[in-house]
Amino acid sequence: MSQPSALLTNGLSRRKFMAGTVSAAAAAPLLASRAEGATPVAAEAKLRQPLVTSLRINNQAYELSLDTRTSLLDALRDHVGLTGTKKGCDHGQCGACTVLVDGKRVLSCLSFAVMNEGKDIATVEGIASTDGKLHPMQQAFIDHDAFQCGYCTPGQILSAIGCVNEGHAESESDIREYMSGNICRCAAYPNIVAAILQAREETRGA
Amino acid sequence: MRPFVYEQPADVSTAVAIASRFTTNDDQPTRANAQFIAGGTNLADYMKLGVADPNRLLDLNKLKEQELRHIHVTNEGGIRFGALARMGEAADHAEVKRRYPVIADSLRLAASGQIRNMASLAGNVLQRTRCEYFRETSWACNKRVPGSGCAAMEGFNRQHAILGASDACIATYHGDFAQALIALDAVVHAEGSRGARKIVFAKLHRQPGDTPHIETDLAADEIITAIEVPAIPWARRSLYLKIRDRESYAFALASAAVALDLDGETVREARIALGGVATVPWRAGAAEQSLQGKKLDEASAEATAEAAFAQAQPRRHNAFKMELGKRTLVRALLETRDMKV
Repeated sequence: MSQPSALLTNGLSRRKFMAGTVSAAAAAPLLASRAEGATPVAAEAKLRQPLVTSLRINNQAYELSLDTRTSLLDALRDHVGLTGTKKGCDHGQCGACTVLVDGKRVLSCLSFAVMNEGKDIATVEGIASTDGKLHPMQQAFIDHDAFQCGYCTPGQILSAIGCVNEGHAESESDIREYMSGNICRCAAYPNIVAAILQAREETRGA
Repeated sequence: MRPFVYEQPADVSTAVAIASRFTTNDDQPTRANAQFIAGGTNLADYMKLGVADPNRLLDLNKLKEQELRHIHVTNEGGIRFGALARMGEAADHAEVKRRYPVIADSLRLAASGQIRNMASLAGNVLQRTRCEYFRETSWACNKRVPGSGCAAMEGFNRQHAILGASDACIATYHGDFAQALIALDAVVHAEGSRGARKIVFAKLHRQPGDTPHIETDLAADEIITAIEVPAIPWARRSLYLKIRDRESYAFALASAAVALDLDGETVREARIALGGVATVPWRAGAAEQSLQGKKLDEASAEATAEAAFAQAQPRRHNAFKMELGKRTLVRALLETRDMKV
């Protein structure tokens, strides 16, 4: 099974629906206790017991039955099938796995997926308009040739959007400082800075 | 990674109660079966590496006490940082920048934008060393496995500590924020099964001595709830200078947190802490005293730096930190003197 634990809440294929039904049914008691709020979820939780986690990814609701050890990165790539977010170092040193959680850029490799229950996740697959028009930051990366191999690019783009919205893209030196968590081993840095400068105005409030 | 049970306690007392149930008084927080997690940037990394192996994680992000997330000016004119406030929030906080530039600088120059969005302030001060021999479990490490030895002693110890080390451990404390906090006499508020208490920041971390696995004064069921910095009006004249192998997103080779109370060019009071060179957040008390009542110029700054590193013990690859540390402090002192406040 390519997506053993993902359940889209609408637009289901039969296969996904079956898999999802199984995991949702198994997790019914957990969901109930979570809804009540007062009881700690894992009062009777056992080791290796999967936990049902609700995530909103690119405006689509998902329920995932996950081993608690699953990183948000692995949940996105291996459970939802969104492989645009890249695994570089897997230790928070390279920034390739950057996504937006509730609008803030974070490292999905250092975040356990279960800790993101109920959050809004944006990945590179979800930032273009529904009509297919690229996000201004994506377009700017193309316009300025802000990559060579492209592996770090999804992380660079999500980080750049976060950086602009944090108000830390006011100057070129600002951009260099506040984008330092995204390593580009092809060293496209001057082009990345140029791309961010171009997309800055359009990204604000986009 | 070892499997773990994940829980989201609803409030501080529940979190403490759960931790208390799954730990003993003798457990070190970093080695206990049940451990707290907030941002996870340090703990998740060490769990992946097999350095940390809790089988129960208590996620503090759902704690209902809202003051845990707030940063505000106290009635006395200090600042109180809720433990769950994120590094980025504190770095960008207008009152932090205005009243304590050294704090804002220390956070702004730490980690990356992503990590500053994730990492909580309490988690930041409790971050564990980046010693390569600690991080890689095949090496001997007294901090990770008590009594196993220290591979760094005769190994590649370029990044290791020259102050506060022992024969058992020379691992550096890499945090930046903690240097500002120790310089400003911050106080940590903690809550555990034995009640709430305040810990003077300088007493939070423990030098390695014979027991490098004991890293802090905290019990395994104790949660930091807030960090309070007292009112110090003259701390507007303060800064954090950080010297690294690369200009951004790297740990300090040497750093200095400096705050100065000046009467003209004469020093009424100086606060100095040193990062990147010591095993714990490092207040340079003797150096502060040597500067008191003196005119701050290049000569007195150099004498202060000599005093700060008088007890330093370099190893094979880190002797350069003696000179680098002194020059960093001299520059930090002179730049602080010249600040327009």
